[in-house]
Amino acid sequence: MDFTFTDDQLTFREAVSRFLMTEAAPEMLREIWETDSGRSPSLRKNIAEQGLTSLSVPEDCGGLGMDDVAWALMTQELGYYAIPDSLADTAYVAAGLIKTLAEGAGARGEWLGRIAEGSIRIAVGHPINPLVADASPADLLLLAHGDEVHAVPRAEVGIEANPSIDLSRRLARVSWAPAAATMLADGDAGRALWAQTLNRGTLSVAGQLLGLAQRMLDLSVDYTAQRKQFGKPIGSFQAVKHHLADVATRIEFAKPVLYRAAYALARDEAGADARASHAKLACGEAAWLAARHGIQVHGAMGYTWEVDLQMFMKRAWALDASWGDRGFHKSRVADAILADGAALGPGHTFEE
Amino acid sequence: MDLAYTPRQKAFRKEVRAWLAANLPREPLASYDTREGFEQHREWERKLFDARLSMVIWPEALGGRGCDLIEWLIFEEEYYGAGAPMRVNQNGQLLLGPTLIEFGTEAQKARFLPRMASSEDMWAQGWSEPNAGSDMAAITSKAILSADGSHYLLNGQKTWSTRASFADWLFGLFRSDPTSSRHHGLSYLAVPLDAPGVTIRPIQALNGKQAFAEIFFDDVKVPVDNRIGEEGQGWHVAMATAGFERGLLLRSPARFQYTARKLVELYKANREVADRDPAIRDAVIEAWTGTEAYALSAYHTVGRLAKGARIGAEASTNKIFWSELDLKMHETAMRILGARGELTGDAPASVDAARWLDGFLFAQAGPIYAGTNEIQRNIIAERMLGLPK
Repeated sequence: MDFTFTDDQLTFREAVSRFLMTEAAPEMLREIWETDSGRSPSLRKNIAEQGLTSLSVPEDCGGLGMDDVAWALMTQELGYYAIPDSLADTAYVAAGLIKTLAEGAGARGEWLGRIAEGSIRIAVGHPINPLVADASPADLLLLAHGDEVHAVPRAEVGIEANPSIDLSRRLARVSWAPAAATMLADGDAGRALWAQTLNRGTLSVAGQLLGLAQRMLDLSVDYTAQRKQFGKPIGSFQAVKHHLADVATRIEFAKPVLYRAAYALARDEAGADARASHAKLACGEAAWLAARHGIQVHGAMGYTWEVDLQMFMKRAWALDASWGDRGFHKSRVADAILADGAALGPGHTFEE
Repeated sequence: MDLAYTPRQKAFRKEVRAWLAANLPREPLASYDTREGFEQHREWERKLFDARLSMVIWPEALGGRGCDLIEWLIFEEEYYGAGAPMRVNQNGQLLLGPTLIEFGTEAQKARFLPRMASSEDMWAQGWSEPNAGSDMAAITSKAILSADGSHYLLNGQKTWSTRASFADWLFGLFRSDPTSSRHHGLSYLAVPLDAPGVTIRPIQALNGKQAFAEIFFDDVKVPVDNRIGEEGQGWHVAMATAGFERGLLLRSPARFQYTARKLVELYKANREVADRDPAIRDAVIEAWTGTEAYALSAYHTVGRLAKGARIGAEASTNKIFWSELDLKMHETAMRILGARGELTGDAPASVDAARWLDGFLFAQAGPIYAGTNEIQRNIIAERMLGLPK
């Protein structure tokens, strides 16, 4: 029993953080927001050069073969720097689905190789999300037709852009025609793939929300330590301190929930659905509280376009309902704990 | 990350489970806030000690079994999962115990720890004073060393001392340098409560029982051998002892997970009534998510401690989290029980609702004792987030 990360995992996280700190400063995010595509080819190229697109790809396909537990650290960094890219959709969520495919299904090997080298963008159109994120710049879209999983080239998909308040999110309604040639799986196999993908997408967003929460807390601490009123930094006032202490507490108790869920997914545990939903709820609540208290302690500045807080707040607001809103995830938790014979209480945190 | 228990850990769980199944009291013990209940709990503690289960993380020589913290978590899960009695001597075992292990002389350890593990000696705390509550460094009770250096003479008053009316000993901080102020000049002493000059006046708590007491010291002589750590270093001794571990040990996750399980059962048995208020279902879900989060946090922290990490001010997030969660769970139970909620254990119509009422009353104290949650939030803001004083 060891519910901690290895030194290698933590060192890797550090390296990713240092890399993103320089590659994705808030000024750069603002520039990307202004572009039509909302995407920076050079940022994506740099990310790929660092090998970050290859984490989930099995080693025999040119990747690093990392699992959901490693991604639980990685997605927090993506959230912390509000990376405006579909990196996690392609390299984590789509890669997770594709590597589960039977050998020879679609162009499995080729796709995995291209994910690893960073030369493909894949958008995931899971039925839980009414719109598809990053459909427009994608090379390939994984789309659902009932239980069927289809891999559809971008050229065969019609796109209707639906702007989000988070300018980093590029959402689209897609139109396409299912065909035998694009089908990867159907029936039980398709259902299982979509179910597993739902959990992976959920965790991807949960990790990002937690990273966003931490970033908003850090920004708020910096701001309130500098900003003076009544001749003192406003961060010395208890009313302000307590707002931020509550955010810190919420974050502290969301982290291990995310890690537990990641492990459940990596091991395909029976309780993975409830664990993933719990993680999304905990991380989403932390992020929304960080936004709510963040804007409050920034005062009127928090309501402006000028202060960086807005970029992280909007992303937190937007991601919270993606990959299933709170009602959906709460219902999944309720189903698990209210079921007859549910294993609850002391001694059931790990044992099946 | 490897979330499987080792064969040794599984065997330990099995052993604890079997022992509890064979030895748990058949009838619930009386409240340990009464003399009768206190003595019943003392007997139960003795039984645990004889099975070397009272202080599993202590070394064998001191009456424990040298378990690591994961095994301790397993013990707690089995203990509270079985609905076993509350631990009556925890203030001594978990607050003074680790302090003695770190700062006590060999003679003090041998003298105090085994009798503490067996609960032959029951310990009360002597921290708060009428004018030193949240501001603990305002302590004024004095302990003046005699000219020959053989003993201290104690004068002053302590208060909010849990179950002191029934306890045998008190540990706490006294001002040994009368010219000192704040955190300086304090000494950490063990005081026998039957010493001449000690007067204990019970304070009736919210539940009407003698849950705590105030203690008056009038020229009480305490041998110098009863000082733990150096003269004048009392604050350091009290604060230094593995702050986090202490907090975690005192409020292990299993107790709250057990409450959550009971709350889910209560909700399921009363759904027709409970679901008229949709907020109740939400609160029941939160009982599970909250207690799981607390348990996961404990396992994560224990793992980090085992790897040599030091835990600082984030311990204060623990206090806020469990105390507010515990209160919320009990509030939810009261709302499910509706008109039955107010009934005491003497009310025939209460059935077993009064157990929730008892817990509800006790939960009110959570955000107040051991440093109010406002103080904890200050600590988090200043020491964890680095905000200015």
